[in-house]
Amino acid sequence: MGLDFSILPKYMDVLLLGCLWTIGITVAAALLSFFVGIFFAVIALYAPWLIKQPFRLIEWVFMGTPLLLQLFLIYFGLVQIGIDLPAFVAGVIGLGLHFAVYNSELIQTAILAVDKGQMEAARTLGLSRGQALRKVVIPQAVRDVIPPIGNNMIALLKDSALVSVIGVSELTLSAQRMIGKTYRPFEFYLAAAALYYIINLSMEWVQRKIERRIAISR
Amino acid sequence: MDFELMQKVYPFFLEAAWVTILLSVLTAILGLTLGALGTFARLSRFVVLRAIGAAYVSVFRGTPALIQLFILYFGGPQIGIQLDAFQAGVIGLGINAGAYMTETIRGAIISIDKGQTEAARTLGLSRWQTMYKVILPQSLRLMVRPLGVNINALIKATALVAAISVVELTYTAQRYIGSTYKPFEMFLLAGVLYMIIIYVAGRGVTWLDRKVQIT
Repeated sequence: MGLDFSILPKYMDVLLLGCLWTIGITVAAALLSFFVGIFFAVIALYAPWLIKQPFRLIEWVFMGTPLLLQLFLIYFGLVQIGIDLPAFVAGVIGLGLHFAVYNSELIQTAILAVDKGQMEAARTLGLSRGQALRKVVIPQAVRDVIPPIGNNMIALLKDSALVSVIGVSELTLSAQRMIGKTYRPFEFYLAAAALYYIINLSMEWVQRKIERRIAISR
Repeated sequence: MDFELMQKVYPFFLEAAWVTILLSVLTAILGLTLGALGTFARLSRFVVLRAIGAAYVSVFRGTPALIQLFILYFGGPQIGIQLDAFQAGVIGLGINAGAYMTETIRGAIISIDKGQTEAARTLGLSRWQTMYKVILPQSLRLMVRPLGVNINALIKATALVAAISVVELTYTAQRYIGSTYKPFEMFLLAGVLYMIIIYVAGRGVTWLDRKVQIT
């Protein structure tokens, strides 16, 4: 069986719809991973020893096992304890938590890199420790951490292909469905790869723009 | 926790862990080879080779590894490449890892001070001699740790071949989750084995890193 790319245009709308889902799941998981990442970072730096421990365990497990396995655990595990989530939500939670752990590492470093004088000045002005963190230290840390987190988010886009395995109809699964109809895996997977590549390049472009703006604001 | 069930199925997980280890080792060997070749291309004097190297890195780092695997395994037969799932897994993951390793190795080489090259060339060494006797020995020290990070990622990436039905750890966990409805127990079995593999690999990298440093 040779190659025949002429069948692609007919199914392009399905692939583009898949793209939208891929972008949707990437954005949702990115936001989740960002805020949970900040939360994890604050716990790791400032919480009492006993509270830190379960979070260290989470971090250790999420960094030491494959994402695909984690997705299976979250999708099927939640069902077992009686929470029947749609695959999309399970996918967002899985991707979000996985990358939150990686973001947390970056955010911790950034928080520690914020000048100590900032916290001292804020405390002198009468802000509580929590307020000083929330209003003074973390906003500055977040600014510094946006470029490296951008790299994580590009990795997240590529890993979002994994949620096809638990049945989210994003780009990869859309391609698979069309292959089921047409028996043309090479053409459709290549088309999907091209679309991922385009989204990826756009993300890199946005990342460069943001980096330039941050460089100016400093 | 159903420990009785875990005791009953763990031999199958152990067997699957060996497949994961074999996959990881073969993928790492292929990845390192392609990483060295990719670096050679990217640092070449010839613009065509440089362009090929850059395209390799950009495309394979810019698309999901899962899709690359699918193109090779399901699409391969259409262009005359017939591979079984294990072979496709090793080759697909190896090519993917090679793209990341190219960047790691290249990064270590170009971070060596330019003065080193200039001094070596002034002393009459050829371009090749400069690379082999001056630059490479120094950059080797810088690349062990970041390559270790690549290998850590690669071990976890071997889970992807579960999607093309290679019976490794993740596939085994998935199958037993499906037949027993005990996701936590199966995750625990597979997860602990993954962590042991990654821990041992990490220790190996640390050992090697210490070996190549000057004391």
